[in-house]
Amino acid sequence: MPEVQVRKRLITVEEIFHEGGQPAEKPLKRGAIVAVIANPFAGRYVEDIAGFMDDLKPLGLAMARDLIAALGGDPAAIEGYGKGAIVGSAGELEHGALWHVPGGYAMREALGGAKAIVPSTKKVGGPGARLDVPVTHINASYVRSHFDAMEVGIPDSPRADEMAVILVMTTGPRIHARVGGLKASEIKGEDGLR
Amino acid sequence: MKAKIRKIATFVEETHTEMGRPVSPPTRKAAAVAVIENPFAGRYVEDLTELMEIGEELGGLLAEKAVAALGIEGPAAESYGKAALVGENGELEHAAAILHPRMGTAVRKVLGKGAALIPSSKKRGGPGAVLDIPLGHKDAAYVRSHFDGMEVSLNDAPRAGEIMVALAVTDSGRPLPRVGGLTKHEIKGEDGLR
Repeated sequence: MPEVQVRKRLITVEEIFHEGGQPAEKPLKRGAIVAVIANPFAGRYVEDIAGFMDDLKPLGLAMARDLIAALGGDPAAIEGYGKGAIVGSAGELEHGALWHVPGGYAMREALGGAKAIVPSTKKVGGPGARLDVPVTHINASYVRSHFDAMEVGIPDSPRADEMAVILVMTTGPRIHARVGGLKASEIKGEDGLR
Repeated sequence: MKAKIRKIATFVEETHTEMGRPVSPPTRKAAAVAVIENPFAGRYVEDLTELMEIGEELGGLLAEKAVAALGIEGPAAESYGKAALVGENGELEHAAAILHPRMGTAVRKVLGKGAALIPSSKKRGGPGAVLDIPLGHKDAAYVRSHFDGMEVSLNDAPRAGEIMVALAVTDSGRPLPRVGGLTKHEIKGEDGLR
C-alpha cells in the first residue's frame, strides 16, 4: 500500500465561556485536527483498498496525541470525541470510510481506552467544504449533556485527489447543558452506551 | 477585562508539501479569534473609547494566544495581520475602533519590535461569514515572500450583537516563495518598509 502523504494540517481549538447564560467556572474546550492527505485511489475504481487503514494508523495516533496536547495535554481531561472525513471530488465516499478504524483506534489508544463508539460522518466535497463532526461522550454514548458537534473545514482543501481526515475532542458538556437525560456522573461504563 | 468574551478560537495551519514538493520546515500560520459582545450594537454612539480600550486588551491576549499556538516566543514571529467582523447590528466603525487606535501597540509588546504597519481588513457579516486576514512581514512591509493571508470563520459567530476580532501570526512566509523581491535576509528594519 502507498505511503501516507500529508500536504497540510490544521489544529483548531475553541474555548467557550458562555452562550448567553452565566459563564461556566471552567470554559469548555472543543478541538479539531485535520490532516489533508493524498488519496491514493483518486480517479479510478480500486477494489482492494482496505490495506490503507493500517497505513493510516501512525498518522491517526500522531494526530490524536497532538490534539490532546492542543487541549492542554491531559488525556484524562477529554470527555467527548468524534471523527470525520471529507473526500475530494476525484474520490469516492468509500475512501472516507477507511478512516473509521485508524481514527477510532488512535483516539482510544491516546486516551487510554474509551468505551463508546466514536460517532462519525463523511462526505465528498470540494475545497472549503465544511463538515459538522458529531461528538458524544467517550465512555457512554447516551450521556445527553455531551451530545455536541464541531464544524471544521480548510479553505483550500480537499483538492480533487486528496482527502481530509479529522478528529475532534471536547473537554466537557455543552456550556449550558440543561435538558436532562443520562448524566456523566451516572455512567455505568459497561457497554459503552450508559 | 472590559471585553465580554463569549468564546476564543485558535487555528494553526501547517503546510508540509505544495504541488508535490516538500516544504521543509513546514510553513506555519496561527490565528486567534475572540468573539465579544458589541457594547454599542443597535444604536449610534458617538464616543467609541470603550471599543478602543477593548482593542488594546484583545491585542495582547490574542497575540499571546497565537504565539502560544505556534509554540514560539513572540520575537520569533515573522509576519502578522488583523481583522474584525462586526455582527449585523453594529457598524464598520466599531471594527475600526477596535483595530486601529490601540490594538497594534499591545500586539507589538508581545511580539517585540514590529516596525511594519499591521495589515488589516474589516467587514460586517452574519454567523459563519468568512474573514480574510491579510499578512505582511512584521518588520519590513515590502518583504515579498511574506505577503499572504489567512481565512478564518466560526459557524456560530458573529451573532447580531457581537464582534469577531482576529489576529494572525506566522513563523514563516508562503510555501516555496519564488517571485523575487525583498527577502527577509535583506531587511534593514528601520522604517518598517524595507
